[in-house]
Amino acid sequence: MIAVIDSCGSNITSVLFALQRLGADATLTSNPEVIKKAERVILPGVGAAGTAMERLKEQDLTHCITSLTQPVLGICVGMQLLFTHSEEGNANLLDIIPGKIRHFTPEKDKTIPHMGWNSITFGNKHPLVKDLPENSYFYFVHSYYPQVSQYTIGECSYGDTFSAIIARDNFMGCQFHPERSSKTGALILRNFLEMPA
Amino acid sequence: MLTKRIIPCLDVKDDRVVKGVQFRNHRDMGDILEHAQRYAEEGADELVFYDITASSDGRVVDKEWIRKVAKVIDIPFCVAGGIRNIEDAQKILNDGADKISVNSPALENPEFVTKLAEAFGTQCVVVGIDSLHEDGNYIVHQYTGDEKKTLKTSRDTMAWAKMVQELGAGEIVLNCMNQDGVKKGYDIEQLQAIRRSVDIPVIASGGAGKEEDFHDVFTMTGADGALAASVFHTRQIHIADLKQYLSDRKISIRL
Repeated sequence: MIAVIDSCGSNITSVLFALQRLGADATLTSNPEVIKKAERVILPGVGAAGTAMERLKEQDLTHCITSLTQPVLGICVGMQLLFTHSEEGNANLLDIIPGKIRHFTPEKDKTIPHMGWNSITFGNKHPLVKDLPENSYFYFVHSYYPQVSQYTIGECSYGDTFSAIIARDNFMGCQFHPERSSKTGALILRNFLEMPA
Repeated sequence: MLTKRIIPCLDVKDDRVVKGVQFRNHRDMGDILEHAQRYAEEGADELVFYDITASSDGRVVDKEWIRKVAKVIDIPFCVAGGIRNIEDAQKILNDGADKISVNSPALENPEFVTKLAEAFGTQCVVVGIDSLHEDGNYIVHQYTGDEKKTLKTSRDTMAWAKMVQELGAGEIVLNCMNQDGVKKGYDIEQLQAIRRSVDIPVIASGGAGKEEDFHDVFTMTGADGALAASVFHTRQIHIADLKQYLSDRKISIRL
């Protein structure tokens, strides 16, 4: 069973539908016991990282998430939550992966949020990006981004170069929305579902 | 590199896809799910579902359809039609929409744009603007889904665009009413003017008739995406062919 953590408001249905299209048995839950027992865990999220963090605290889920040992995939703000700190609302995050979330540098003719399809280059080979061609396109919607670090698996550029896919041990994340990224997004989700738990 | 978006729009009335000319005389264009699925498969970058009479009828977009469409497509999904309060917006997002687009309700109550942005983030909030070019002025119109109820407002299009950006809109869809359904090309001048007025993404809408029109709107206006309906519904333009055409001409496009 795949536990999809119900913590961050909207857009969760898209994730559930995408998992259903792949034939996965997914449950939306905020129950720590259910999350701990799940074979895999997905942490979705939209909106502000600080607000999402507050909701995890209210539901007493922070310790539950940091202690998970099965594959965990953060999506969009759910990915940002895995890091140490966000400039957005000066928020402390789960600190599972060292790093900071920064705001895009304003430039002429650069619209913020970064909204639309952008390409990713892969540095490190990782089971999450198996079979994905270089420069595959994914759908992004965000104004803040995780910096590039040793945990970066895929890089994307929008004026600033940032981590589009990250991994540390069993924790992984993507800044884009795989559930809305057509066939390439479905491949990321399939890789996540098929990697050894 | 961030690509330009090709966005088919399903104008929906009485459970069917319809399309009019200059927002009048709507004709049946086919089945909702068939179109939605075909566009996702052909490489559309986003899908807009617009319940065109919801606002003018004083009701909210049919949520059953949102769920059905969201289940079958794997591209971003924007929903519009009579969304007037946070509860409605929340339900539509819960049913699988990724973005909420408001038009007449934002004109009724501009603060609603801010409330949506505070509740769901600016990335979730699209404001549609129906703009008519009249005697050298661009004027915002309201309740355009029903020709008998369409109202001319006192708002200037560029001033309204700036205002919705301030209020928290994350994107603007500019529907150029004179061009709608006429297939003679996008309103380049008006789109250039709106691009100068705001910093958020702008989606061009109204007037697409041939592949060159998409090329022109991307090279001449700085639009982030181009929305069209008739030419895709009738299969006059195939999305995969259009994207190849644009990519061959050095426009940044996802193939």
